[in-house]
Amino acid sequence: MDAIIAFLFEAIRYGTPLLYGTVGEIVTEKAGSLNLGVEGLMALGAIGGFWVGAVTDSIILGILAAFLSAALGGFVYAVLTVTFQANQNVTGLTLTIFGVGLYEFIGATLSANKVFPEIKEGGHIEFMKSDSGIPLLEDIPYIGKLLFSHNILVYLGLILAVGLWFYMNKTKVGLKLRATGENYGAADACGVNVTLYRYFHIIFGAGISGVGGLYLGVIINNGKWNPGWINGYGWIAVALVIFAKWSTSRALYGSLLFGALTILNARKGNLKEAFPSVLGWVDKIPDEFYQMLPFVITLVVLVVSSITSKGKGDQPSCCGLNYYREDR
Amino acid sequence: MKKTLSLLMALLLVVVSLMCFASCGSDDADKGDKTTDGEFKVGVIHIGDPADGSGYSYTHDLGIVEMQKALGLSDSQIVRKLNIADDNATQIRQAMEDCIAEGCKIIFATSYGYMDTCEKLAEEHPDVIFSHGTGFKSNGKNFNNYFGRIYQARYLSGIAAGLKTKTNKIGYVAAYGTELAETCSGINAFALGVQSVNPDAEVYVKTLNSWYDPANETAYAEALIDMGCDVIAQHCDTANPQTAAEKANVFGCGYNSDMTKDAPKAHLTAPIWNWGVYYTAATKAAMDGKWEEFAATNYYGSLADGLVDVSPISENCAENTAEYIKLVKDLFAEGTWDVFSGVKLSFKDGAIVKTDAELKDNAGNVIRKAGEGSVEDSVITGTMNYFVEGVSLK
Repeated sequence: MDAIIAFLFEAIRYGTPLLYGTVGEIVTEKAGSLNLGVEGLMALGAIGGFWVGAVTDSIILGILAAFLSAALGGFVYAVLTVTFQANQNVTGLTLTIFGVGLYEFIGATLSANKVFPEIKEGGHIEFMKSDSGIPLLEDIPYIGKLLFSHNILVYLGLILAVGLWFYMNKTKVGLKLRATGENYGAADACGVNVTLYRYFHIIFGAGISGVGGLYLGVIINNGKWNPGWINGYGWIAVALVIFAKWSTSRALYGSLLFGALTILNARKGNLKEAFPSVLGWVDKIPDEFYQMLPFVITLVVLVVSSITSKGKGDQPSCCGLNYYREDR
Repeated sequence: MKKTLSLLMALLLVVVSLMCFASCGSDDADKGDKTTDGEFKVGVIHIGDPADGSGYSYTHDLGIVEMQKALGLSDSQIVRKLNIADDNATQIRQAMEDCIAEGCKIIFATSYGYMDTCEKLAEEHPDVIFSHGTGFKSNGKNFNNYFGRIYQARYLSGIAAGLKTKTNKIGYVAAYGTELAETCSGINAFALGVQSVNPDAEVYVKTLNSWYDPANETAYAEALIDMGCDVIAQHCDTANPQTAAEKANVFGCGYNSDMTKDAPKAHLTAPIWNWGVYYTAATKAAMDGKWEEFAATNYYGSLADGLVDVSPISENCAENTAEYIKLVKDLFAEGTWDVFSGVKLSFKDGAIVKTDAELKDNAGNVIRKAGEGSVEDSVITGTMNYFVEGVSLK
């Protein structure tokens, strides 16, 4: 039982950075902007957030800085694609290269000069790093460990995902946002400021992705510099958007599933050891099979949903298209 | 508004072009300087940028700097080419030809993937020496290969781990397992080191299938700790297994550089490289015109040569660790014993006891009978594909 609890616990831990990346990208795509630069945004958020967070030893400033550094990347993307009508795919890819490059440049320079910030011992960031949990509740057997002993960013991600689901589906502004993504011409005719909606949601979504980068830096890499804090998580998040069918609530269990698949390779021996008779076969399957699972599942979902869908719950129709008001 | 903007742009253009000219000018000056005869030049091809302060290119470049100091070369005598992807033959060739054009007489190619380009260029430029690290090809003339017996250092770190463990389970986060002799021999040597001080301890291995996968390096270490391992060793690039060990209040042995700085409360000792030993010897041989004898055989440096070593024994280590490691180091220096010989070491009353013992793999097959002699170097570097007794893949 402990092995299963530990497995699910880790699935949540490793799924959370994916949740941030995915939720951020869903917000962006709902406004009709396909930003493929999630990897770069997470890298920007990671280095900016960690630098400020570790130096000031403040959780709030760290998260804020992660949000703002990635939002800055989002702002660049918004200026290029919304105002200057640049191709969204190309701009997004460029943003990935730029973000990861800047992250490596800053981190390597700080590290080479031996001034890469250290997490203060016993400080707030170390508290954020520790799987500190919620007092009392975390003492409940099994469930306490599984649900109530995570770091605070896990709960923040949960609140964000649920809150944004409410925002997008139950509020008037959310309705206008979806209209912008589905049919910008109609939205514009109804008096929605398409440019403003796109700008805001690109920047806001980028900021959320950035917090995921901070998570990878502090929680997964323990705040020690290496050039691969993000290492592909941003791309998995892009795949997860498709898996989640552009719904932040679906992204919740999508990220849990992808988190589980991510750590399956690491944990298969533990599961086998705990249940030798039932799970004796798990390490007979090659590692590469486990490594490709998230992407295979995304493909399957894409195929199945394109066969069965009736238009609902799929990619916003105007996603990836720039809005020329004069073409309307 | 437009006027000021265009003025600004024009100004910017002027400044940028001035900077271009300035840098071109200095480049030319450099080149003129570099082609002066009589100066011995050394080229270095790096896969990354040593400025990152840790990791592969950094440790190699430390060796280059050490060689430069030892031989009293000036900065202009070292030509570095950075960030040369080792799967891009065009880029590799370009970098090496640049080195030759600048007058390099010996070129150190530090990454495995440079091997084939070195081989070709060595034929085209018989007067230039190509020295390639971690591969296996050579031509007996101006193209050699260098590598080191890192497994000897891993044996020593195994002693530290074996003395420290309480649960008798030691985790090992490895890039690859039995499919690659380099990782395989490392794991086996480590396990034999563990068993020399703690015959009951087992080594649990999890393989990443990648040299570099930071998030998984953490996840694998955590999974091993959950299995009850209280020392985490590693053969992968980042310090993440060590920081994960520190977070879980267990211990660990790093790799490549002294990871005590990354995990001060957890780190015991790490197998490390001192590439300077090779770079100094090779460059000196080339400068003195003694390259032919130097490169008659491929360089495979050992602990006794100083090419490999363990980082300083940290305060986290158990009693006797430093003493036992010193004893085995002395034994390596004598040259009478090696890790994969049929002779097993143990310790009694502060002295080494040697016993003839057969070397078995973890399926029970006998690899070497007692007293039969060491496993060949070619097996250790090229074909070893079994785990020894006491190692299990998890």
